[in-house]
Amino acid sequence: MALKYEEVIAKYEPSLGLEVHVELGTASKMFCGCNTVFGAAANTQTCPVCLGLPGALPVVNGKAIEYTIAIGLALNCSIAPYSRFARKNYFYPDMPKNFQTSQYDEPICTNGYLDITIETDEGSKDFRIEIERVHMEEDTGKSLHMGGATGRIHGADYSLLDYNRAGIPLVEIVTKVVNGCGKYAPEVAKAYVSELRDVLRGLGVSDVKMEQGSLRCDANVSLRIIGSEKLGTRSETKNVNSLKSVERAIRSEMIRHAELLNSNQRVIQETRHFHEDTGLTTSGRSKEQAEDYRYFPEPDLVPIAPSKELIAKIAATLPEKPSVRRKKLQEAWQVPDKEMAAMINAEVLDLVEATVKLGADPTRARSWWLGEIARIANEKAVAAADLAISAADVAEVVALIVKGELTDKLARQVVEALINGEGSVGQIIEARGIKVVSDDSSLMAAIERAIAAAPDVAEKVRGGNIPASGALIGAVMKDSKGQADAAKVRDLLLKHLGQG
Amino acid sequence: MINKSAVEMAESLSKGEITSVELTKAHLNQINEVDGQVHAFLHVDTQGALDQASQVDAKRSAGEKMPALAGVPLALKDVLVQKGIPTTCGSKMLEGWRPPYDSTVVRKLKENGIVILGKTNMDEFAMGSSTENSAYGPTKNPWDLTRIPGGSGGGSSASLASFQAPLAIGTDTGGSIRQPAAVTGTVGVKPTYGAVSRYGLVAFSSSLDQAGPCARTVLDAAYLHEAIAGHDPLDSTSINAQVPAVVAAAKDGNVKGMKIGVIKELQGDGYQAGVLKLFNESLEILASLGAEIVEVSCKYFDYALAAYYLIAPSECSSNLARFDAMRYGIRSGQGSAEEVMNSTRQIGFGREVKRRIILGTYALSSGYYDAYYGSAQKVRTLISRDFESAFKLADVLVSPTAPTTAFKIGEKSNDPIAMYLNDIATIPTNLAGIGGMSLPSGLAAEDGLPAGFQIMAPAMKDDLMYKVGAALEAELNTKWQGPILNSAPKLGAK
Repeated sequence: MALKYEEVIAKYEPSLGLEVHVELGTASKMFCGCNTVFGAAANTQTCPVCLGLPGALPVVNGKAIEYTIAIGLALNCSIAPYSRFARKNYFYPDMPKNFQTSQYDEPICTNGYLDITIETDEGSKDFRIEIERVHMEEDTGKSLHMGGATGRIHGADYSLLDYNRAGIPLVEIVTKVVNGCGKYAPEVAKAYVSELRDVLRGLGVSDVKMEQGSLRCDANVSLRIIGSEKLGTRSETKNVNSLKSVERAIRSEMIRHAELLNSNQRVIQETRHFHEDTGLTTSGRSKEQAEDYRYFPEPDLVPIAPSKELIAKIAATLPEKPSVRRKKLQEAWQVPDKEMAAMINAEVLDLVEATVKLGADPTRARSWWLGEIARIANEKAVAAADLAISAADVAEVVALIVKGELTDKLARQVVEALINGEGSVGQIIEARGIKVVSDDSSLMAAIERAIAAAPDVAEKVRGGNIPASGALIGAVMKDSKGQADAAKVRDLLLKHLGQG
Repeated sequence: MINKSAVEMAESLSKGEITSVELTKAHLNQINEVDGQVHAFLHVDTQGALDQASQVDAKRSAGEKMPALAGVPLALKDVLVQKGIPTTCGSKMLEGWRPPYDSTVVRKLKENGIVILGKTNMDEFAMGSSTENSAYGPTKNPWDLTRIPGGSGGGSSASLASFQAPLAIGTDTGGSIRQPAAVTGTVGVKPTYGAVSRYGLVAFSSSLDQAGPCARTVLDAAYLHEAIAGHDPLDSTSINAQVPAVVAAAKDGNVKGMKIGVIKELQGDGYQAGVLKLFNESLEILASLGAEIVEVSCKYFDYALAAYYLIAPSECSSNLARFDAMRYGIRSGQGSAEEVMNSTRQIGFGREVKRRIILGTYALSSGYYDAYYGSAQKVRTLISRDFESAFKLADVLVSPTAPTTAFKIGEKSNDPIAMYLNDIATIPTNLAGIGGMSLPSGLAAEDGLPAGFQIMAPAMKDDLMYKVGAALEAELNTKWQGPILNSAPKLGAK
């Protein structure tokens, strides 16, 4: 019998530790000139350096260093005047040199923080997530395990290696232990990753696509009895690849830990894998015996010593913080906190902004993205941004509504068709023969019929009770089988009843 | 012709007295003649060398201005990659591997029109002082075929001493250019760390490895030095500065007024009497040329060997991790990737390589890092400071290159410490990253075998070594009535 989340948080205090890996969007790899485009044919974006051929040597990508400094500054970190790369030694077939060039005890950025806000039933709550370090490293290649049932290495017949990803610049952002979230821990984690993603997107240093793995989150969770000082044993759930999964994975781990602890079993220190379908994690690799990576300073690279001028130059070009940007948008759009939070939660804020930029009014833009489109995205279990509808499409639909060429109901059909890939807005309207009834005389006749059917309501409206007009408008819409433009009906009706 | 210096050959080429194809053929003939006895080469690229030579000849006859050494043949240590040419590093592990790219050294050699005859034998992955650790059998010393030619670059030094090539490239991590030069009566230079690009040099110990010129005369080495040195954006540790004018320094050869420091710690116990005697005679010659001889002390040198045998194996344990049968080289075993890696490394690496990988893995392990790798790095700093203090008292420092002349093949195979001690005088310069040169000081009285005189200069003052070396060489050649190799036994007489 599974424990309820409420029972978990009544007894235990969770602690979190989040490690986020970000693939930087540099044109070339971390230590060589190879291309970094995603999805190229296997092993076509490789050279002696990123294949780890004997004799090849790394040269640091200056752009990657600048990007990392920008990330550090955006996360309020200190930038080390002197830092070094180190070798992390372990054997794995998709790691060409059998060591990863990373940073160890001398990372480039340390001691920062990121402030986040979550909306709760008790109102908004602010949290400061402290950042331990931001460091650079190179990505590994990819192993594709062929045959067998699971796609995992166990039971595979053979494996294929693709080194295109080997050497792609990665930045790892590690938080300090996050305490004091209580029951909100899963939301806090999600909000942190979301905010971090916005910061990174704003900096333009990565395309931050969780599904493609350009942003990956490892979530460490432990529980301790409320009031106790000592942290519990943690588990580390690897490569959680959506914001929603971050929240789900942490919640699931909290419940799993609590169940173990309640039955006097011990939590094993290990990595876990999160499964989207079941919402549960399964055991990965034990970390009980700390692996010995035999770190030592990378002798093939010289220390990184960014000048004060370079750091100042990068600091001067930082974009405004996402929180500041959001505040500005909220003021400009006159949106309540809850609505704002809803847009952020549904990951449509950027889309709404883009739609508004293309001329749509903020209220309509918001209601489309947060309403109909979010609903379909939810149904399809994908992000709104990944549907086949763009901000330009929505702006076009909104413009047609304003012009009276589409009603809300017809517009919904167009939006659905757009998402189904039936073509452009114009093509869809033409193909489906969608046309708005805007003939005033036929509308007026319908209005007359509605008034005649409910004279008492009409009297209320005449007396100044505008909301009462809703019933009449509804009757007209019904009469026209939804083809009429509701806004137009409202205008005509109110005018007719002396309230226009 | 093959007995002449590279500079003399270059002169004949530019005067049109001989073509590069003729010169190359003469050396290929000599290789055919004597390498069965010496085993200096692991691979002879006959066709490639002749093609390169005829290209140089064509350019020259078309009136193009040619680099100084254009058309002169060279032997390349098998640790530097050359596109399409087998590169084994003396290891079974890389048997059959043909690199898809040129090392920077090879690119520069080609740009200079230097004809690459082939790849020379070496201790596996440059680990050794005798070339006995090659997976392809030892190289013999042309002075005495029962003796070692030094190591790890024994193939390169032996090729010079047996006139199979007038020039060679070596690499020096703890003495692998200089000690082979010393025991074969040739000249070898380890430039300042970072002076010659390491791109394409298969790494043994990244912070110590340095490629450099091997030759039969100081001036030849200087020309080759200038051909291969210079900043390389592909090597982050490459020095971005003007290459010191080593050719001019070698031509100058004037030591009048220079201060030459004799390192107290690099003589005495463990040094062969005949080697020390030759060393002292060389000092007298330098003094007679107007140099001032001073004694300096470098007290941390006593710890150099220990520090070296922690740093070099640590780095090698990581550098050699890539040999895992996944991408190149041999593959052995079946089953999981781990099993294949295990089995391949088991059979692919020789004993000395395994010994050092195990040593280094241990030294870097958590809990031992500070005591071993960390302490060794501190010693390294102290040795650098020793050198800095010594260079305040002297322009260059000198010592015997190796404590003994060439020992017998097999003599030290089962005693690694005795083998390691052979590099006691050469290792400090690698730890400090400064340059060192070895040139012949004569034949030791006990055994009639060559000994080496080592000159060390501050970082990026490699020209000073050439100046002193050229001065000493000129006097010694006068005394010997010609180069010392004239006294070497003739090979190939069946």
